[in-house]
Amino acid sequence: MRIVETELIKKAVKEAVKTANTRLPVDVLTSLEKARDNETVPHARQVLDILLQNAHQAQTENMPLCQDTGLVTVHVQLGQEVALTGGSLYEAINQGIGEGYTEGYFRASMVKDPFERVNTGDNTPAVVHLEMIAGDKVIITVFPKGAGSENMGRTIMLKPADGWEGARRFVVDTVRIANANPCPPIIVGVGVGGNLEKACLLAKKALLRPIDQPHPDRRIAAREAQLLQDINKLGIGPQGMGGDTTALAVTMEVYPTHIASLPVAVSLNCHSARRAVVTV
Amino acid sequence: MAHVLRAPLNGNALQQLHAGDEVLVQGTVYAARDAAHQKMIAALEAGQPLPFDIEGQIIYYVGPCPAPPGRIIGSAGPTTSSRMDVYTPALLQRGLKAMIGKGDRSQEVKEAMKKHGAVYLAAVGGAGVYLAHRITAVETIAYPELGPEALLKMEFQDFPCIVAIDMRGQSVYQASDE
Repeated sequence: MRIVETELIKKAVKEAVKTANTRLPVDVLTSLEKARDNETVPHARQVLDILLQNAHQAQTENMPLCQDTGLVTVHVQLGQEVALTGGSLYEAINQGIGEGYTEGYFRASMVKDPFERVNTGDNTPAVVHLEMIAGDKVIITVFPKGAGSENMGRTIMLKPADGWEGARRFVVDTVRIANANPCPPIIVGVGVGGNLEKACLLAKKALLRPIDQPHPDRRIAAREAQLLQDINKLGIGPQGMGGDTTALAVTMEVYPTHIASLPVAVSLNCHSARRAVVTV
Repeated sequence: MAHVLRAPLNGNALQQLHAGDEVLVQGTVYAARDAAHQKMIAALEAGQPLPFDIEGQIIYYVGPCPAPPGRIIGSAGPTTSSRMDVYTPALLQRGLKAMIGKGDRSQEVKEAMKKHGAVYLAAVGGAGVYLAHRITAVETIAYPELGPEALLKMEFQDFPCIVAIDMRGQSVYQASDE
């Protein structure tokens, strides 16, 4: 058994949210550079240039990439040989976010009650997903995501007869309907299988994968590539003003499902695809 | 060459703008998003004046990050404009001449823009630091209790936008056929 103080979790979350909000992951940066170099529409290339310049400024000036510093999802993979002491895991995570957002001068975007809508002041609480893993480590992934892209996510319970073609149509339609709102070029996370909530979680989990890594299963990787091609044919382009680059990547995760079900969820992420992983 | 826009705007300046044109916004702009819009509309419905004279003005849809030490504002890029669609026609009717945001607008807003001779400008979403560099002054003028959603008065210097929808209703966005 390894004893881990929740104070360590708090510190890890605090540093992770600071990093995530100011430094674009290398795979996303590289993908944006590649898109800029390949984009054939001049004003679309100009938008991509501004986004790269913004990422550079954010890093050198230690400023948040986007003013929407998001709702923070925290994925905790907890080694089953770890015993947490010193207080609640959830409290530690929220304290880390509160301190990180205050010290980082990041925007507080959370309201306490969805109808009363009073700001909580420090961007807490997070949405926390807990997963038990083998070993004695705690792997924490913070995922701040803005509402512009989050609001355009969709889910559907398809019929098994709809099959891959039905799923494909739903994903492409989701991107078409979202149009300029999720801040293209986007990253498209797709979750297929399980049940209603599992499909949504898979779509979100898909967005945590670095975008230069296709799915290890070749059949799924081929479907990702096909969806990316379909989506970029839409011509929505950077910021929705036309161009070759509507999406930088499609990432998909699947799970076994019921004989009568074919759940499909799509979560769109903006080009400011922020995430940071820390191991405690 | 980019057009230069400076409030208060008049119909002649806006007449020359076409969807897709580059614009540099200079001078005073008012920043408001969901909650500030809701309060402004509530004020109008109660027969009270708006916190500023809206005739010929520009509204920027933004909720900036707090200003770090040594700066006047944190990251400050545009938010999704369609959430303000429900409030916009009433403001256009009272003289609002331009909005800055990101993403397409509703048919109702486009019709109201044509009727009242207004334009909709798009700034690059997610370029929060880049755009904050073009803001030279910020002052809270109403609803400070809303925190990041307070109504702000800003000064712009060479704030880059694209004319997304012009006063004839021409648009840079393709129909999303929702």
